[in-house]
Amino acid sequence: MDFSLTEEQELIKNTVREFAEKDVQPVIKQLDEDEEFSLPLVRKLGELGLFGMFLPERYGGQGTDILSYIIAVEELARVDSSIAATLAAHNSLGIGPIYYYGTEQQKNKYLPKLCTGEALWSFGLTEPDAGSDSRGTKTKGLLENGKWHINGSKIFITNGASSISLGSTVQLVSDIKNNEKEYSTIIVENDTPGFSSKEMHGKMMWRASNTAELYFDNCIVPEENLLGERGDGSRIMLSTLDNGRLSIAAIGLGLAQGAFEMALKYSQERKQFDRPISKFQAIAFKLADMATKIEAARNMLYKACWLKDTNQPFAKEAAMSKLYCSEIAKEVADEAVQIHGGYGLMKEYDVERFYRDQRLLQIGEGTSEIQRIVISRHLGL
Amino acid sequence: MKIIVCVSHVPDTATKINLGADGKSIDNNGVTFVVNPYDEYAIEEALKTKESLGEGEVIAISVGPEVNKETIKKALAMGVDRGILLKDENPRDSLAVAKALADEIKQEGAELVFFGKQSVDYDNSVVGQMTAELLGFNSVSVVVDFKLDGTNIVAEREIEGGREVVETSLPAIITAQKGLNEPRYASLKGIMAAKKKPIDEKPAAEAKSYVEVVEMKRPAPKAAGKIVGSDASAVPELVRLLREEAKVI
Repeated sequence: MDFSLTEEQELIKNTVREFAEKDVQPVIKQLDEDEEFSLPLVRKLGELGLFGMFLPERYGGQGTDILSYIIAVEELARVDSSIAATLAAHNSLGIGPIYYYGTEQQKNKYLPKLCTGEALWSFGLTEPDAGSDSRGTKTKGLLENGKWHINGSKIFITNGASSISLGSTVQLVSDIKNNEKEYSTIIVENDTPGFSSKEMHGKMMWRASNTAELYFDNCIVPEENLLGERGDGSRIMLSTLDNGRLSIAAIGLGLAQGAFEMALKYSQERKQFDRPISKFQAIAFKLADMATKIEAARNMLYKACWLKDTNQPFAKEAAMSKLYCSEIAKEVADEAVQIHGGYGLMKEYDVERFYRDQRLLQIGEGTSEIQRIVISRHLGL
Repeated sequence: MKIIVCVSHVPDTATKINLGADGKSIDNNGVTFVVNPYDEYAIEEALKTKESLGEGEVIAISVGPEVNKETIKKALAMGVDRGILLKDENPRDSLAVAKALADEIKQEGAELVFFGKQSVDYDNSVVGQMTAELLGFNSVSVVVDFKLDGTNIVAEREIEGGREVVETSLPAIITAQKGLNEPRYASLKGIMAAKKKPIDEKPAAEAKSYVEVVEMKRPAPKAAGKIVGSDASAVPELVRLLREEAKVI
């Protein structure tokens, strides 16, 4: 068993860490405060080659493995979750389905643009009345005269309404036979008549990421915009989420690492009762527990990536990693605030933002409860 | 045009350094090594020069043990075309390092060589100039602005309180100071391309070291600070101490 990273993974980790510290850290507090999505940062992510990095070069990717991608997300989240989420959503939910299920024509049409970062793509799954239960999907796409006529709406869609959002992969009901819904995924470009989107504001977390509501009002797209096979929507959705879970887990892991480092540093500087608070066992034990959880989380997530990179089944381990990394992100961020005391409640300290940002992780891309359902089904229950 | 950049592999300045058991080296265990920060400016300037010429080749050379390849790899990932490791597992003094570099630069036939102005490990700040002397090249150190026009060079050097503008010509050695440029990130494309770029490995030219490290010591612990009071009445005493004892005002 070899736990060491390859030279490339090591270099990628260092490059992304350097970028996060030099380019993201100085601007992120203001972006969070203003709830603003930063196009300059997206452009820089693109210049670094992070978008679609695990795709082959012929589609504009860099040909890395999945672990490298996960490490990149982790390193961004160590500094900020919004930026990590922008990358994770675009790669796993935007680029992923087109790359894994698209026709050669669809891939050539979209992937190169999506890999440079000149355009973003989103995955339209969640609806106002269909969250954990995606069978509640109401958005319909009916095939008439060689065209899909789409009606409905989507909510909480990351990267869906920025000025460079090119389109989305929409999960919808394409037919109903004997009370059985048939699900399909359809590609919809944002400039299609009948399509509109709206940025969602007032978020507690990921305030510098772009979150959208999508509306389809008799939105008509050509038949060839079907992604994958007709009726294969559920399978495409589930496998997309398996991949997405790795990246959400990476956000949890990176966030926990960042919060831990802040708490460690603060505990060594903050003096009470004439000594640094890290010298008190009550604080030292907290830090020991935080470090232990992070170590376990990283090993679990990297192993899930290794399974995927070696073409082995990884869905169970992805769900476990998503569950565990997001749960420990909550625990570690909570203790990090506790160690910061009153200062941890102030926006001046980054740990305050980390505490808010972690809260999405137990909800987005399958709640912790849904992850347990997925894991228990893998156990044959 | 062939451009050479000389790079060294140094402990990250943020790493905590422990002394080795022999008392004259550092314990590498748990120490993160990085490209010498000043060398990053040298790499960037070499790449920019090649890009502005529209042709050429940038070669990174390092003298030292096998692990120095990590630093060469980083240079390759930033865009350097190929690397050369002049291998020596034993420590060398600055002159012995310069001799190995001069020997290789001569063999490559390069006329423009960039260095960082100093390595942040031993801080001798002489290898660039020594290499220039050994090769008979012109040498400009602590450079914050560099322009090449044909074989003419106009460089700005940082000096106390200002800048000095100097002119020289190829062949030349330039040592880079912070401010010369903004080093680029190793992009993913660069990192993946670096896998296919060659690193030549050969023994460093034999050279005697005249300087031997006999001991390393930690700096003496900082003396405790002094609190002269906590309200306005302490100001006269504070001013007196700053003037008479610390002699800073």
